[in-house]
Amino acid sequence: MSISKNNLILYIGILVFGIAAPFLFPAFKVQLSILCVLIVLATTWNIQGGEMGYNSFGNILFYGLGMYLCASVQVGMFFPLAEWTESGGEKTFVHTPAQFFQGMAVGLIVAAVVPTIVAGLIGYSILGLRGHYFAICTLGLGVAAGEISGGIEIIGAGQGFTTPPFPDVGSLDSRGEFFYFLSFFVLVLTFIAVRGIYSTRFKLILNAIRDNEDKAEAMGIETMKYKIVGWMISAFFCGLAGGIMGGLVGYIDSTDVAFDGREMGVFMVLMAILGGKGTLWGPIIGATVFHIFKEGFWTFFLGWQYVALGVLIVVIVIYFPEGIMGWLREKYPERFGEVVDEKDRKAQVELK
Amino acid sequence: MDFMVFQYPMISVQACLDGILLGILFALIAYGMALQWGVMNIINIAQGDLVILGGYIAYFMYLYGIHPAWGVIVSPIIMFFVGIAIYKLVINKVVDRDLFISILATFGISILFMQLMNFAFGADVVLANSDYGTTMLFNNNVVLPNSKIFSAFISILFAICLVIYMKKSKLGRAIRATAQNARAAKILGVDTEKVYAATFGINAALCGVAGALISITFTIHPYMGLPYTIRSFMIVIVAGLGNLPGVAMSGMGLGVFEEFADYILGTEFRIGSVFLLLVLILVYRRFKLSRKREYLK
Repeated sequence: MSISKNNLILYIGILVFGIAAPFLFPAFKVQLSILCVLIVLATTWNIQGGEMGYNSFGNILFYGLGMYLCASVQVGMFFPLAEWTESGGEKTFVHTPAQFFQGMAVGLIVAAVVPTIVAGLIGYSILGLRGHYFAICTLGLGVAAGEISGGIEIIGAGQGFTTPPFPDVGSLDSRGEFFYFLSFFVLVLTFIAVRGIYSTRFKLILNAIRDNEDKAEAMGIETMKYKIVGWMISAFFCGLAGGIMGGLVGYIDSTDVAFDGREMGVFMVLMAILGGKGTLWGPIIGATVFHIFKEGFWTFFLGWQYVALGVLIVVIVIYFPEGIMGWLREKYPERFGEVVDEKDRKAQVELK
Repeated sequence: MDFMVFQYPMISVQACLDGILLGILFALIAYGMALQWGVMNIINIAQGDLVILGGYIAYFMYLYGIHPAWGVIVSPIIMFFVGIAIYKLVINKVVDRDLFISILATFGISILFMQLMNFAFGADVVLANSDYGTTMLFNNNVVLPNSKIFSAFISILFAICLVIYMKKSKLGRAIRATAQNARAAKILGVDTEKVYAATFGINAALCGVAGALISITFTIHPYMGLPYTIRSFMIVIVAGLGNLPGVAMSGMGLGVFEEFADYILGTEFRIGSVFLLLVLILVYRRFKLSRKREYLK
C-alpha cells in the first residue's frame, strides 16, 4: 500500500479535521458520531454490493446483533440482565465509570467478534445464492432477526432495552466526546482496513466475482472462500458500528433501532449507491451528502420524511444509479487514471 | 413452546382448515407476482403494500355503510389504475435494467405507500366487519368464520377467470407471448409496452381483490405489507413461474405452516417464522442445486 504525497496531505488533513471537529462544532457531536457510523456501514456494504456484486439487505443483521450484544455484555457483566430489562432503565442499577468503560470495551469486542463468526457460519449457505435470490434472502434474514429478537424476553422483547447511561465523570461534554472519538476511531480503522483490502489481490478477486463468477471459478479461484471472508470483514465492522450506535442512542428496540431494515438497512444501500458503488470514496461521499441532506431537510418535511425517503430511493435508483463518483468519472476520466482515446469516444457517441 | 396442538387433534384440524383457507388467499397474491415476474422479470417488493391498499379501499366502503364484500369488485378496478400509474411513473424505467435496481425501486415505492397509507388511514389495526357469521364443524369443535370460506371461494373464482382470460383473450395471448420472448413478440407486432402496463395493472387488481378479502377476514395495518410480499415470493420460488396448481398447493402449505407456527411458537413469532422459512427454503434449494454445480437463477 503506497501513499502518494498528495494523498498523504489529504489523509492528514481529514484526520486533523476529524480530531478537531467536536471542538469546532460542539453542538453537532452526536450528528458527527452518527455520520461516522453511517460511513462505516456504507463502506462495508460496498464490499458486498459494490465490489463483489452481492447486493445484501442483510448487513443490518450484524449491525443489530452487535448492538444487542454490546449492550447485553455491558449490563450482564455486572448486573443480572433479566432484572435490568424488567426495570426498564430505572435507576436501580448504576454503572460506576470503571464498570461502564470496562463493559463497553468487552462489549465492543464481543459485538465485533460474534457477528463475524455468525457471518462465517451462515456465509456458506447464504452466499451460494446469487443475484436477486441473495438480495431477498438477506432481506428475509434481517426482518426475521428483528421479529425474533422482538419476542425474546431477556433482551426486552417488545418494550425495548435501555443501554447503560453514561456515567458521571465530571464534565457534561464528555459523553458526546467519548462516543464521537470512539466512532471516529472505528471509522479510521475501517478506512485503513478497506483501503488495505482494495490495494491487494483480494479486491481483484472480488471484482472478478462481480463481473463473472463462473469464469472466476474456472480460473481456479475458490470464490466461496473469498466471498465468505469479504462478508466476515463487513460483519466485523457492522457489529462494531452497531455496538457504538446502541450506546449513542441509549435505547434499543428490535425493529425500530437494531434490525431497522426500513431505515438503516436501506440507508446503507442508498448511501453507497448515491456516492457511487464500487469505489473507495463513493460510499464516504454518499454517506456525508445523505446525512447532511437528511439532517438538514428532514425537519422541513414534518412527518413526511418517509414519503421523501421513498421518493428519494426511487429517484436515485432510476436516474442516478452510477452515483456521484460515477458521474465524476464520466466527466473527468483523466483524473481517475483512465486513458481516453478521443477517436474511440467520438465513434461511440456516433454509435449511440 | 406450546404443544397443545398435538394433544388435541381438533386443534390440528382447526389449524389445517384455517391454513388452507388462508393459503388460497396467499396463492392469489403469489399468482399476480408470478405473472409480472414471468412477463417483465421484475420482483415487486411493493406487492404487499398494494394488497394493503386494496384492503383499505374495502374498509372505506365499509365505513361509508356499503357492505365490504362489494370491495371485491370495486377495489380491483381502482387498483388496476393505480397499478398502471405506478407502471407509467416508475416501473417502465426499470423493466430491462438490472434486477437489483427494480428490487430497490419497488422497495422505495413500498416505503412510500406504507407512509402514505399511514397518513391517510392512521396506524390502527382495522377490519371490515362482514357479519357473515360462523360455521361449526365436528360437533362444534371446529369454528370456521364464513368470511374465510367466502374469501377462499372468491379467490378461486378470480383465479379461474384469470386463467381462462389468459388462455382465450387476445391480450392474454399477447402477455404469454411477451413472457416467452419479448423481442420476438415485438417483431410480430405486439405492443410490449402496453402488455407490460396491462400485466402490472392486472397484478395490482389481483392484489386489490386479495386485499379486500383480507380486510374482511383478517385485519389490515399500513405496515403489514412486507410479509405478504415475502409470502408470495416464497410461494413463487417453491412453485415456479407459470405453474398454477403448484402455486395453489404451496400457498396452502404455507398457510398451514403459519397456523401451526402460530399455535406452537406463539403469535409473536408468526411473522418471524415466515421470514425464517424463506431463508431455509432458499438455502435448501441452493444446496440441492449445488450438488449438480448449478445455482438458483
